[in-house]
Amino acid sequence: MLSIKNLHASVEDKEILKGINLEIKAGEVHAIMGPNGAGKSTLSSIIAGNENYEVSQGEIFLDGEEISELAPEERAHKGVFLSFQYPVEIPGVSVTNFIKTAINESRKANGKEEMPANEMLKLIREKSELLEMDRKFLSRSLNEGFSGGEKKRNEIFQMAMLEPKIAILDETDSGLDIDALRIVANGVNKLKNENNAVLVITHYQRLLDYIVPDFVHVLMDGKIVKTGGADLALELEEKGYDWIKNEQAV
Amino acid sequence: MELKDKLLASFMAFEEKIDTHSELHELRSHAIKNFENKGFPTKKEEAWKYTSLNAILKNDFSVFPKKENAIEFKDVKKYFLHEIDTYKVVFIDGIFSSFLSSTTHDGLDVCLMSSALTKPKYKMIVDTYFNQIASKEESLTSLNTAFSLEGAYINIPKSKVVEKPIEIIYFSTGNEAALMVQPRNLVIVGENAHVQIVERHQSLNSNPVLTNSVTEIFAQKRAIVDYYKVQNDVQTANLIDNTYIAQKQESRVAVHTFSFGGNITRNNLNFYHQGERIDSTLKGITIIGDKQHVDHYTLVQHATPNCESHQNYKTILHDSSTGVFNGKIFVEKEAQKTDAFQQNNNILIGDKATINAKPQLEIFADDVKCSHGCTIGQLDESAMFYMQQRGIPKKEAKALLMYAFTSEVTNSVKIPELKAKIARIIADKLGVNMGFDL
Repeated sequence: MLSIKNLHASVEDKEILKGINLEIKAGEVHAIMGPNGAGKSTLSSIIAGNENYEVSQGEIFLDGEEISELAPEERAHKGVFLSFQYPVEIPGVSVTNFIKTAINESRKANGKEEMPANEMLKLIREKSELLEMDRKFLSRSLNEGFSGGEKKRNEIFQMAMLEPKIAILDETDSGLDIDALRIVANGVNKLKNENNAVLVITHYQRLLDYIVPDFVHVLMDGKIVKTGGADLALELEEKGYDWIKNEQAV
Repeated sequence: MELKDKLLASFMAFEEKIDTHSELHELRSHAIKNFENKGFPTKKEEAWKYTSLNAILKNDFSVFPKKENAIEFKDVKKYFLHEIDTYKVVFIDGIFSSFLSSTTHDGLDVCLMSSALTKPKYKMIVDTYFNQIASKEESLTSLNTAFSLEGAYINIPKSKVVEKPIEIIYFSTGNEAALMVQPRNLVIVGENAHVQIVERHQSLNSNPVLTNSVTEIFAQKRAIVDYYKVQNDVQTANLIDNTYIAQKQESRVAVHTFSFGGNITRNNLNFYHQGERIDSTLKGITIIGDKQHVDHYTLVQHATPNCESHQNYKTILHDSSTGVFNGKIFVEKEAQKTDAFQQNNNILIGDKATINAKPQLEIFADDVKCSHGCTIGQLDESAMFYMQQRGIPKKEAKALLMYAFTSEVTNSVKIPELKAKIARIIADKLGVNMGFDL
């Protein structure tokens, strides 16, 4: 589904990704772990199309189509979703109106009619219940005055509404208490099926107790240096990242 | 002939034409003298440093329209809050249009300034209020006073809650090659009374218009006044708006100014406090492009203790447009426990757009809370990326962000139909259709 080949990227002439290779198939959950500054958030931003980064080499394929030249919204229309580490506040635009706009723009881009209002309302109700969101929450301005946990829950709500092919969760566990973490993870697990995939980007292993990955990749200094199963995350939690560094040195 | 000379020459003829009592004659004569001495303001004056009238004064404006012009309602319906019932005081090229208006004397007065100024039964009110707070020094206000005759006269008696908004609209037909109009409005809101007023100046074609308007508003004890100025005029229309507001104890007055169009727009907005626990709100949104120019010049005169003022102005400038915000807060020695707040945020979209922002706080009391904040910036790129990531194209994302930027001001509009109208104008200015009422 998502295939990244020899990806190099830099920001302001500083090379941050130094040859990433990654294959994610439909139905899989992958996790990328790594120390601070390894390039984890850069990788998620680049997959989503952030124009602040320059892809100097390599390719990104979504279902066989090269997408690295596409605008962020075009990638979104093709099914790329990024749950932001720091979601942006948009005063004056309600959660409901924002998601309506997002959905209808995607439908328009894919040659579909706008979603009928009653269908939209039903979908909003269903997905907000899945994430145990209060009704009042939906009429509030997007992310304005939301707690850290509410912002993350709202991200997963939008993911549930947009039903992406590939969802990238960038540090979704940061700022979440244990109850919110469980709700968010539960939401992600329910949305997961054979036709989509999830890429979890995290510093800590905690979230992976709830969203169990098929593969764990260790990203260090702009490269994937080790790949394993869910066990690898536990090992990293226990030993830290230094042992991999040492292993690399040898 | 220069416009100044033309105006001076017209004054005599103007005064002869109207049946006027001696006090008014004296007021007008003083006013024209002041204008004669000072002339039109130039950039040499501190208050007009960023706004030049030179180019527009070159037009050969007629000072009085040659004939009465008519307009069909269907052609101008969109400028009204036509979805709801309102009182209307409408003028065409400076002359009252009874056909388009909907005035009243039933429990409140919503009618014509010319009646108030000439009919004996209004004499006491006119003597008490007319030209009491309008500046005697400022030359353009004096010019208006000299020619003051027509405009809206609104008098809301004690404890009256006016159940529908009042619209004051000045249309210019463009039947004159170039027209200067000088409306004069007087609004008196009695104790515990409550009123909502919407004022608009609108040209219907592209012949140059210069409007020099003066409005005096008196809010008595505990009165509530919501005043909205909608400025979305054509590119050849120029507006100098001089508004003077006197507030008595515990009154609340809010003025929202929406500046979306016109060639040169200057808003002189002055608040004077005459009692304790007064609340004043001054808010504005400016969205302009091309070479348009909007200048907000505000003054809040805190003269009494325990009063509050809140200012919040948002500006978005496209192309080569220029904006000015000069916000003066004056806190007199007696005005202890004043809480004065001023916020001015500006976004420059056009490479050649310019903003001149100048907060001016003069504080002579020692126990006050005064704060001001001014920002000038571009659109937040991380917010753009966030919205694009959700599938919202760049143009729409930009518009949503700009809308969000202005929402602190639009949120406090109390007339839902007006709020929707403003949202539609903003969407139109930003070139998008969001598919929902923002």
